[in-house]
Amino acid sequence: MMKEFKVSPAASSAVPVTFSDACTGCNICAQVCQCDVLLPDTRKGKHPIVMWPGECWYCGACVMSCPVQAIRLEHPLMNRARFIKAFR
Amino acid sequence: MSEYIWPYANELEKVTRDTCDVLVLGGGLAGCFAAVSAAERGKKVILIEKGAVKRSGSAGTGMDHWESACTNPCSLVTPEEIASAYVDEQDHYSNGIFHYITCREGWDRMLDMEKFGGKIRDTGDEFKGAEFRDDATKLMFAYDYRNRFTLRVWGSTFKPALYKELLRLGVKIYEHTEATALLTKEINGRKRGIGAVGMNVHTGGLLVVSARATVLAMSRPARIWLFDSDLPGLCEFRPFQSIGSGHAMGYRIGMEFTMMEKSVRGEFSAAGRSFPPYGTGNNHNTWYAATMVDSRGVEIPYLDRDGNILQTVSQRYYPAEGQKFFLKGGVIDEPKYEYRGPETMPFDELIRRGYRLPFYADLSRMPEAERRVIWGMMVGEEGKTKIPVLQYYTERGFDPEKHILQSYGSGWQSASFLDQERQLFGAPGGIMHDWNLKTNIDGIYAAGDQLFGSDCGGAACATGHYAGRKAADCAEGYELHEADEAQIAEEKDRLYAAIYRNDGMNWKQLNKAISKAMQNYCGGVKNRDLLMQGIDLLESYREEAVPQLYAENPHDLMRTHEVLDILEVSDMILHACLFRESSSKPLCFVRSDYPETDPPEDRRFITVRRENGRAVRGSVPLDYFGDLKSEYEKHNQDYIGGGKE
Repeated sequence: MMKEFKVSPAASSAVPVTFSDACTGCNICAQVCQCDVLLPDTRKGKHPIVMWPGECWYCGACVMSCPVQAIRLEHPLMNRARFIKAFR
Repeated sequence: MSEYIWPYANELEKVTRDTCDVLVLGGGLAGCFAAVSAAERGKKVILIEKGAVKRSGSAGTGMDHWESACTNPCSLVTPEEIASAYVDEQDHYSNGIFHYITCREGWDRMLDMEKFGGKIRDTGDEFKGAEFRDDATKLMFAYDYRNRFTLRVWGSTFKPALYKELLRLGVKIYEHTEATALLTKEINGRKRGIGAVGMNVHTGGLLVVSARATVLAMSRPARIWLFDSDLPGLCEFRPFQSIGSGHAMGYRIGMEFTMMEKSVRGEFSAAGRSFPPYGTGNNHNTWYAATMVDSRGVEIPYLDRDGNILQTVSQRYYPAEGQKFFLKGGVIDEPKYEYRGPETMPFDELIRRGYRLPFYADLSRMPEAERRVIWGMMVGEEGKTKIPVLQYYTERGFDPEKHILQSYGSGWQSASFLDQERQLFGAPGGIMHDWNLKTNIDGIYAAGDQLFGSDCGGAACATGHYAGRKAADCAEGYELHEADEAQIAEEKDRLYAAIYRNDGMNWKQLNKAISKAMQNYCGGVKNRDLLMQGIDLLESYREEAVPQLYAENPHDLMRTHEVLDILEVSDMILHACLFRESSSKPLCFVRSDYPETDPPEDRRFITVRRENGRAVRGSVPLDYFGDLKSEYEKHNQDYIGGGKE
């Protein structure tokens, strides 16, 4: 008997990407992501599911490939480097 | 029951068969150029890539430097000078063939890249008149502004351009397909590569390709010492899925590797310790030669190699009085006096003089063109900077004219690591090869980061193209061979084992265990007892944990295969460490049971390969590649005569 595939979101403390309402569900981002972080939603027009958020290496290829600029990349809180006003 | 539906087809047990002249495994810069050059020679080419070629590999989203393009029209150095300097700088534990190809053919590949649609010149005149720009050719240079052999490039345009060219040339691409095994056959008493097996990571379908010649371009191992279960994608510097499967596949069929005993204390992006690469204050690589200040706003001096304080920003980009050129870039840390360029005052001296942490990179104090080329071009075109650094920081309000960016660790690294938190970095080990970039297995060639002592995007392009044309030559004389069905069946069983179980251990548990074992038994200081225990422990994982591995879908199955490869490579590393019975400074290798450092009799490449299930030691003299220029020319008369030079 053919083994059925199962999938559920992998636990991770971070949410590397979020989608705005502009997303058309074209899934180009899911295709382009070399870490295969995103899984297309089987419902037409829905944004992909961030199924394996911990596996993101934060390259931004999904953002670069989005035809409608609907993706926002967000670093984990611990990874937001500090900057301050220059001294002069 | 899972609430999500698997969106891809279920192709478990389905086997697709294909044939080609040249099979390329890995679709990063090296693999793409290998495919291009073989296809340009009229060969039928298949390329297998685990991600999607358009943005995959270490340079998928960009690269900002093209190092050592010594034959560009503005260069004042020769390929011989720079390649020999690298070999000398690395104390001859260096891949002269790799360096020479990079220096000699890099500019040819830049012109190819431009022809394909990649941007290598300041065609928009954004930096007209800048000191680092040649206004006649519109080429832009980094590091050494006098000798002009490393170029600033718009690498975010490269992978899409290469992808288009592959399609134009009719290269058949299998994407989202992991290459998992090399197929071999004994022919005339020699083992020959005759193709490979892969698995589609979305459908689980198998791919079997028969090929006359094969190019391995699958980067280098990672996640050996460093693993974080929560954010595994941030374990290492290179892409998460680039973990050395090419090394593991090669090791399983008897391929010879060298310098695998070399590892360095973590430098970048490791296990959540650090920050987004190129996203903290620093003055190296992409950020060279940023002005640095301490927490009081006092500027940190740059010194020439003799310790003289440099008075202007411009002076940071020129060799010292009487020095022909200096080396900077990916693998250059603390160069010898002869090649040492301008650098900020040593950290310990700064602390002694009362400079206070934290330090910052302060672009606001730099001339406008230098500020703009670092923040906006280099930060923007280097891999993983356009969106995660340039756009993200800009959205958070960072303005390089008004703000300064903090440094971490001891000075301006992005973190401080422990001695046992190691990486294969800074020209690490890899495949041993000859002047044709051919491995010890007939019909199999290698390129890019899979070669020993390798690094950098320009080198990946140059060696990829070179390996592709050598493989094309090889394919001329070789027949296609049917793969042995027993080999395929065995690989299928290996690949599907975890998905046919109904429960068991997740891949992360094994990866975490391996990395802890490697930190404990193969850390900063090694000895025979530790290494033997490490080998034993990994063997116990193979016997007890591997048969429990469980995956629910092809994606997790791919991750499971990756960890099996990590286990394989870790075992190779432990054996390589056992084989070197002395310590070595250039190899960053310390044996407490063999404390003598670099004794003359051990100043050799020690190789490791597996034969009949056992690790076998070999030895090759340093500089085995001979005189770089004459050997290169001996092996490349067709290329030299083909109007390329």
